Amino acid sequence: MSIPTQLKYTKSHEWVKPEADGTVTVGVTHHAQELLGDMVFVELPQIGRSLTQKEECAVAESVKAAADVYAPISGEVTAVNSGLESEPEKINQDAYSAWLFKLKPTHPAELDGLLDAAAYAELLENEDH
Amino acid sequence: MPFIPHTEKDVAEMLASIGAKTIEELFDEIPGELISGQLTGVPPGLSEMEITRLMMERATKDGFYQNFIGAGAYEHHIPAAVWQITTRGEFYSSYTPYQAEASQGTLQLLYEYQTMMASLTGMDVSNASMYDGATALAEAALMAVRSHKTSRRILIPKTVHPVYRQVVRAIVSNQKIEVVELPFNTQSGQIEPESLSEFAAEEFAALVIPQPNFFGVLEQVDALTDWAHSKNAFAIGVVNPTALALLTPPGEWGNKGADIAVGEGQPLGIPLSSGGPYFGFMACKDALVRQMPGRIIGRTTDLDNKPGFVLTLQAREQHIRRSKATSNICTNQGLMVTAATIYMSLVGPDGLRRIAAQSHANTLELVEQLEKINGVKRAFSGPVFHEAALTLPAPVTEVLSKLKQKGILGGLDLQGHYPELGNTVLICATETKTSADLQNYTGALQKVLG
Repeated sequence: MSIPTQLKYTKSHEWVKPEADGTVTVGVTHHAQELLGDMVFVELPQIGRSLTQKEECAVAESVKAAADVYAPISGEVTAVNSGLESEPEKINQDAYSAWLFKLKPTHPAELDGLLDAAAYAELLENEDH
Repeated sequence: MPFIPHTEKDVAEMLASIGAKTIEELFDEIPGELISGQLTGVPPGLSEMEITRLMMERATKDGFYQNFIGAGAYEHHIPAAVWQITTRGEFYSSYTPYQAEASQGTLQLLYEYQTMMASLTGMDVSNASMYDGATALAEAALMAVRSHKTSRRILIPKTVHPVYRQVVRAIVSNQKIEVVELPFNTQSGQIEPESLSEFAAEEFAALVIPQPNFFGVLEQVDALTDWAHSKNAFAIGVVNPTALALLTPPGEWGNKGADIAVGEGQPLGIPLSSGGPYFGFMACKDALVRQMPGRIIGRTTDLDNKPGFVLTLQAREQHIRRSKATSNICTNQGLMVTAATIYMSLVGPDGLRRIAAQSHANTLELVEQLEKINGVKRAFSGPVFHEAALTLPAPVTEVLSKLKQKGILGGLDLQGHYPELGNTVLICATETKTSADLQNYTGALQKVLG
């Protein structure tokens, strides 16, 4: 289950889950954690922070690299997964349940511009050349 | 890493192997107009014999002065074994190898160094060193601003080494960080915690606390640390490593301890060498380790569960984090740190304590003797470690010049950095001075002022 169909995706390997209450949950994809390797640290944004689409807002640090995580859509940070502070390896174990932060969208239309599972799969195929 | 020179035959073989006729040919792609050609202002090279003779002649100009100057670089006895061991082929290099090429021996030495510095400063973790005390302080300021997240103001007392303050400004000025200098009490020579409230009217990221300060005076570190913490700011200690053998270390200042400790490591087995190379040390609390710059060695186990050493937390560093790295530094003062680690191992905690105590005692004795001279008295009432500022009844430049003629480097004239202090000289007597040396100084100053 490396590209769940009910989620939306970005070119920078974030996944987005629209929630019933209008917020979205954001994480990094299975592919991203595979590339990064063993996660050792996650720096999460502060709750309340306003983000514009594509703004750097978090850092996923592995043994060999530190990757920036970008806001998939504009919004306000409403929650962060602080459990990742002590257990960053959860991202390696299950990238789609180890969410990073939740956003309250300010421009919901931006969601339509995100990739669906099929488009993300195609992106990965082209990337692997 | 041993020095392996190439013979002409080696060079010829290598050139033949890669298909180049000359070494110059390898630089073919550089446009002709950029090649500098003959350096007409530079005379032809001297032979080893000629150079040795020239250096011996010049060395006599160094003189054999008795040195009573401190002010950031201190003359301590360096046991012969320190540099005997440091210059062994296994250690001796200016190179600072990275993960893929660093030997376990090198890494272990750095790990031992880190352990010693963490212990000496009372902090949780130390890095593998910075360039010097001044830049280490600048890095600490940057680290505090990064960690604080809301304020970009740093408070630095005027009792911090003037050159350190200059370096901090130079390094942080382009990062929109405000450096605010704090006045000191001219009677005691200390910063007064009670007089700092106006500086906290606006939020600040960190307070720099020297111990001892530039005048050799001990600051009220507990009160100052607690004050900084009460304002949600970090406390950065700038400390003398020899002094830490006797004084409360930064990790135990106030209720929660200082957050970052930095300083100049030169006193630990590094010769004065006209100002360098020295090394800066930096240690911090666990919570801040990911914001600490510099190389950090860690101990871990390999796949077979055998213990080993690695360069760790490298994602902070610029070869991985690039523009968002904690610093642009990607090296450390490996050779100096090697010498310092050997020095600390040789003298041990007891030895360091005795060195510190003797230096302290010598300075107090010298000050006591000198104060018996008419017009000479301590500039400040605060307690001192191994340096003291004295006001003289005559212009310091002249006094120092006359003392020099008598073979004594009498101290540092403070007029340049602190014009408000008038005729004041900063003197330092380390364990290298005997009672006879102190009496000699006293006699000489008496004559000069006489």
